[in-house]
Amino acid sequence: MNALAIIGEVLVFIGTFFYFLSALGLIRMPDVYNRMQTSTKSATLGSLGVIVGVGIWAIGKGYSPAWIVQTVAVAGFLLLTNPISAHALIRAAYKRGIPLWHGSVVDKYGEHLASKAQAEEAEGETSETSEGVSE
Amino acid sequence: MEEASRASKFVYTFIVLFILWLVVTASLDSQELITGAVIALIVAALTHDVFTRAGLANLHPKRVAYAIAYIPYFLWAMIMANLDVAYRVLHPARPIRPGIVKCRTVLNSDTGKLSLANSITLTPGTITLDVDGDNYFIHWIWVPDEVLNAKDDSEHVEKASEAITRPFEKYLRVIFG
Repeated sequence: MNALAIIGEVLVFIGTFFYFLSALGLIRMPDVYNRMQTSTKSATLGSLGVIVGVGIWAIGKGYSPAWIVQTVAVAGFLLLTNPISAHALIRAAYKRGIPLWHGSVVDKYGEHLASKAQAEEAEGETSETSEGVSE
Repeated sequence: MEEASRASKFVYTFIVLFILWLVVTASLDSQELITGAVIALIVAALTHDVFTRAGLANLHPKRVAYAIAYIPYFLWAMIMANLDVAYRVLHPARPIRPGIVKCRTVLNSDTGKLSLANSITLTPGTITLDVDGDNYFIHWIWVPDEVLNAKDDSEHVEKASEAITRPFEKYLRVIFG
């Protein structure tokens, strides 16, 4: 039974280490997008390690097996919901006009939005001229 | 995917809710089971129309098998990518070359696209910025050479899709269609 407790403790330690890495990434990365890359990731290996580690540790300490089932369920819900908030945050940052870091190499999204806006503008112009004709 | 019948939707919703109840209560006590079944019946009766479109077709054995196989595959990809980002954070020279790349998916269903976007976001180093039709715009912490040096747009999309979306798609295409 004690081996399980040790595995749980190791998992919690690994999770904490990845939390530390995300915090470090927040300081080291140059712009909001790269910070998102490191910070939102703490939810994956960091939280997963801590949550599942607690479940395994509890089994090793002789608590009811419900612990592991429920902690895995919590981890599952976290994995389902975390990326949606990350996606909403980074999209909002881009729409707000926060520039990419100067070392960024490519921005296909900007090109896509520009070409879309151009197409809409062209459409607007044609409808305007047709209105002008009708007047 | 075509719309399933009401009965099929209802049974599917009930099964999913009841499994959820079993997991969250983590108990096989008969009182818990009966309460769970009654509540799952009520909730399924109220929500089965918005909960699912395909109904029981979602529980096709092949789909379930692929969904179960996807879990360890995804966890492994996630761990490897986590180590990669950890290396970039810890390296003194901070070796990052970020950019927003464009990928094209072969998935058709909305649920499939959502799962793909979420899988990409959960994998460190890539975040889905926006999805427009079949196009995915992904912020990548290290854009590799073959994507960066692509001659034109279609080659860029091809290379980027190969690196980011393909590995997940072969599973998700079976699971969600």
